[in-house]
Amino acid sequence: MLQFHGSETYIASDELIRSVNIAAALRKPLLIKGEPGTGKTMLAEAIAKSLGMELLIWNIKSTTRAQDGLYVYDTVQRLYDSQFGAEGVDDIGKYIRLGKLGEAFKREEQTVLLIDEIDKADLEFPNDLLWELDKMEFYIPETGETVKAKVRPIVIITSNAEKELPDAFLRRCIFHYIAFPDAPMMERIVKAHYPELEQKLIDSVLEAFYRIREMRGLQKKPSTSEVLDWIQALAIGGIEPERLEKEIPFAGVLLKKTEDLQQAEQLTKGQLRQTERRYVY
Amino acid sequence: MFTDFLYVLRNYGMKTSFNEWNSLMDALELNLNEASLTEFYYMARALLVKRESDYDRFDQAFLEYFKEVKTVEELPKELLDWLSRAHEQTPYDKAEVDARFEGLSLEEIRRMMEERLKEQKEQHHGGNKWIGTGGTSAFGHSGYSPKGIRVGGPGRNRSALQVAEARNYRDFRDDSVLQIRQFQVALKKLRLLSCREDGPKSELNVEKTIEKTCDQGGRLELVMERPRKNQTKLLLLMDSGGSMWSYAELCSRLFQAVNQASHFKDLKIYYFHNCFYDYLFTTPSCSWKDKISTEWVLYNLKEEYKVILVGDGAMAPSELLYRGGSLDYFHSNDQTGLYWLETLKQRFPSAVWLNPIRESHWDYTYGSYTIGLIRERIPMFPLTAAGLEAGVAVLKKGETGL
Repeated sequence: MLQFHGSETYIASDELIRSVNIAAALRKPLLIKGEPGTGKTMLAEAIAKSLGMELLIWNIKSTTRAQDGLYVYDTVQRLYDSQFGAEGVDDIGKYIRLGKLGEAFKREEQTVLLIDEIDKADLEFPNDLLWELDKMEFYIPETGETVKAKVRPIVIITSNAEKELPDAFLRRCIFHYIAFPDAPMMERIVKAHYPELEQKLIDSVLEAFYRIREMRGLQKKPSTSEVLDWIQALAIGGIEPERLEKEIPFAGVLLKKTEDLQQAEQLTKGQLRQTERRYVY
Repeated sequence: MFTDFLYVLRNYGMKTSFNEWNSLMDALELNLNEASLTEFYYMARALLVKRESDYDRFDQAFLEYFKEVKTVEELPKELLDWLSRAHEQTPYDKAEVDARFEGLSLEEIRRMMEERLKEQKEQHHGGNKWIGTGGTSAFGHSGYSPKGIRVGGPGRNRSALQVAEARNYRDFRDDSVLQIRQFQVALKKLRLLSCREDGPKSELNVEKTIEKTCDQGGRLELVMERPRKNQTKLLLLMDSGGSMWSYAELCSRLFQAVNQASHFKDLKIYYFHNCFYDYLFTTPSCSWKDKISTEWVLYNLKEEYKVILVGDGAMAPSELLYRGGSLDYFHSNDQTGLYWLETLKQRFPSAVWLNPIRESHWDYTYGSYTIGLIRERIPMFPLTAAGLEAGVAVLKKGETGL
């Protein structure tokens, strides 16, 4: 049985690794939820890389229909071709374009299929895929062909919880919620991305980061991807670790909303005022 | 197959179905938990829990079911069976076992495990938990099953019960996010499609294409059109007064459903306390600094807005009928609540009232008099999925005269 263990740049918690392996063994889709920036999409890439499989990504948008993932019948092209008597017009198969799901089914080798941000689509979208994900096959009435997966792909589905997913769909998935990484976990993640970083800088960065994250009333909490960007900004800017105790340089990298930035400013000011007061006594 | 665990789960409000339970059985059959209770905990959670808000319920149910289990012998027989099977199943394990424990029977090994368990309890725990923090689970007895539990760095050594007991997901427990789907589905029906003036022509009109192509003597001519977009604008007015607190969860579900519905062209939400007068509020706390003039709302929003009022409608008659009847002592009202209700109805002909009080109680509950007065003016529906659906159907028709 294939075993996923995380990769060099993708640090997964044990719980997540367990869920991935359970999903792979039971051949069920794995539904991943979690705060934005906790590496939901990255997970599929890491799985594909560590298992040496090809990754197919189906990005879901608000206009995506379930049908798009299976196949599209390009009628218009066929009509045009028929006008000019192009070759092979009578072969409908030529005008059937497989979607990502269809592609994954057709592959000889096992692939990793990522259905990214399924909650972006219409409410009924997941229900339209029940059969296809269950049986790993679909029927093309135009050609009378049944596309059946040669090897069941490993299906990873991500959701940002913008919409509730239907129960019938949930019942068929393995579910995992990626909790926000705690400080030791975050340290491992940071080190995986920036191996040469000094321990002192990591410590002060993470200390400052969790202080900001725990501020009350933040509209958008900074996440893993933001802390990684921030470290890069700090490294390029040549900021001394000591400065992080007094101020938040490049706060705009961490906080994306004006109100949040103002609040962070007040927090640092408040701390300064406390130090001043200490001098008075 | 220790089915009572399924019923414990269901007792804690989880909607675990037979399908999911079967998957768990399959997983056990494949021995994915590697004969360890910790692994079993995570495996069952991944398979049976479908939303993070249910993690806490699962933890509680798991605790209840497994907490009585103090010794290995008390474990459900099926789990024990799997345990004993594990070492026979994988040849790798067997070789390992044979090498180290040659001549030991399963019984003896089990006894050793129990002893070790006791030791751990005294050394590391002192409590009545039956698995220590020592880094092995009851079944992952070191050396016995090398595949049992691969424990490494900190944070990994916790046993299933400890993980469950920590109840890390308590904060995620948010009962209100459940079941909003039904509301969402009902709201989806509230749409009024019409062509947009702007935007690209991206939809093929088949009828017109055929017509045009025929006109051209068979030369293909495609007719593209602008896709139709939902034009519905919604104004939601919610009562957030004291008597509504008992329905807070229900209202919050509706609120989330409305808020997440992305198909409205515009959505405005205001709050009021029992009945609204000169002012509405932009926050549920209805504090005076967040006020907005009702007149401003009435005259700045066009009449095409559909209005959904949410409230129990139960109040003292004076609040609805008297000038100065407002509950707010400091801000007396010049016009009666009924006047404002009628003005609203005149401005927005398409309006419904959703009432969280059960429909069968409307005629005799506290406030039945005011509820009746409101119902004479604005069609009232119970705040349920079915009620919302009926309300939406009425809103779609346009004018909601009685």
